[in-house]
Amino acid sequence: MIHKSAAEMATALASGEINSVQLVQAHFDRIASVEKQVHAFLHLDTEGALAQAARIDAKRAKGEKLSPLAGVPLALKDVMTQKGIPTTCGSKILEGWRPPYDSTVVANLKKNDIVILGKTNMDEFAMGSSTENSAYGPTHNPWDLTRIPGGSGGGSAAALAAFEAPLAIGTDTGGSIRQPAAVTGTVGVKPTYGGVSRYGLVAFSSSLDQAGPCARTVLDAALLHEAIAGHDPRDATSINAPVPPVVQAAKSGDVKGMKIGVVRQLNGDGYQAGVRSRFEESLELLAKAGAQIVEVSCPNFEYALAAYYLIAPSECSSNLARFDAMRYGIRVGDGDGASAESVMNLTRAVGFGREVKRRIILGTYALSSGYYDAYYGSAQKVRTLITQDFINAFTKADVLVSPTCPTTAFKIGEKANDPLAMYLNDIATIPVNMAGIGGMSLPCGLAPEDGLPVGFQIMAPAMQDQRMYCVGASLEGALLSKWGAPLLSKAPALGGAK
Amino acid sequence: MSSLSRDDVANLARLARIEMSDEELVNLSTEFTVILEAVARVQEVAGADVEPTSHPLPLRNVFRPDVVTPSLTPEEALSGAPASEDNRFRVPQILGEEA
Repeated sequence: MIHKSAAEMATALASGEINSVQLVQAHFDRIASVEKQVHAFLHLDTEGALAQAARIDAKRAKGEKLSPLAGVPLALKDVMTQKGIPTTCGSKILEGWRPPYDSTVVANLKKNDIVILGKTNMDEFAMGSSTENSAYGPTHNPWDLTRIPGGSGGGSAAALAAFEAPLAIGTDTGGSIRQPAAVTGTVGVKPTYGGVSRYGLVAFSSSLDQAGPCARTVLDAALLHEAIAGHDPRDATSINAPVPPVVQAAKSGDVKGMKIGVVRQLNGDGYQAGVRSRFEESLELLAKAGAQIVEVSCPNFEYALAAYYLIAPSECSSNLARFDAMRYGIRVGDGDGASAESVMNLTRAVGFGREVKRRIILGTYALSSGYYDAYYGSAQKVRTLITQDFINAFTKADVLVSPTCPTTAFKIGEKANDPLAMYLNDIATIPVNMAGIGGMSLPCGLAPEDGLPVGFQIMAPAMQDQRMYCVGASLEGALLSKWGAPLLSKAPALGGAK
Repeated sequence: MSSLSRDDVANLARLARIEMSDEELVNLSTEFTVILEAVARVQEVAGADVEPTSHPLPLRNVFRPDVVTPSLTPEEALSGAPASEDNRFRVPQILGEEA
């Protein structure tokens, strides 16, 4: 049962073939057998999850009407608050913190009776593309344990690929949902900015951060998307409009007559050969399904990475000022008449890891007087140009597509000492965040040269998220017919028993 | 122009309230030379005629009705505090004694 999709699990629960306690226990059993190898989780809430599952089973037994995913388990990225459950953001500075409130995403999961198994590993405060920046050790890619599972949401993606959970929550500031999905052969969606509430999402870069669904199929992602999305008065940037009909789109998958725009700047040089061949093959399948493939040009995308690494650090230097050792988290150097300032200095020195410090200092510089216009100000102008590129491209195509990442998963440690090489992983995912539009990554095969998963990215205009689900479902269906079985069935076996 | 000395980094670290060892300062100063050169590319296209975008949504002030709703109890609000006293966060000394 753990290898089935969330939708199939929901059907089995509804028919009584299995109950939620059994399903949740099966996942905890799987976690127990593979977690030593994968390390996807930072915290497991075994007792809470089984109790929640039992309550859902009781409701079902009474004949109550339940939501479509009721009783199905989920893994939650450790950047989302869940009342009473440790929330670290992969950082030492929040070690031991148990938030006194639920994020809106968690409240929505609970309302939909989705069972939260535990919290997943991530790059510290979501800064990274490999999950190596976690203060609690790296997560390993289930396809090859010596490789990274992407980041920052590597824990959520690895949990899906290792069948430790059928659903997960991620957050995406520059690709942290889509890039891990791509390198683990799973599906990840960054909804339109404002489509899912950020209340209770520990902020990294507020104008870019967006929570979204992670799953193994496009339909599962859509079901989870509808469960967590919608307007929230507690998040002033949440959009007050109906949730796009993503489940309907994922069920239809009809691309006849749709125009699909290939972004010229997100392909070619710098992209691994196997990534390019799988991408081209997917375009052919979409064309065969009735879509019209066109080429579009977004000349300012080449400046997106530079602008991102000014905007995100600037916002992070401001957002992470709240970790001041006064109201939550660890406190270092208190006592003996130590000043508040020295306690802050010492706590932040011990509490933050290398990449977080690097970005705080970079952001502090980019925002400092005398440099503001040259750096942060210029980056904001590039943001306008990127948005304009998207607007122009969407006059020629209904959705835009590209490979999600330039390469397949690299080795753990390979880029750990080269920040710029690490940042290049996000070259194709960042433009979406800059413009606040939607982006999806779904698996489109294995690169012939290394046998590792390749991600196909679909981008849609703001609040037209259903378009990417439609195209994603079409491609997923065509690939499944071609392969005969889901891509993840080709992943190596995990666990002591083999 | 696009480089930061060890002392520049030390000043930024002080502003950001992060104690840093000499080794960290030197390393960051080296890394920033490379990183700043890469990010400075934004200046190539950021002409005076381009409006800046600070946020993807064209929002102005967003208000909600001024209605009292349940909030955290003092115990809940203080539950994560490193130190508390009399229903308040207890913090280290803020003002210097002889200042």
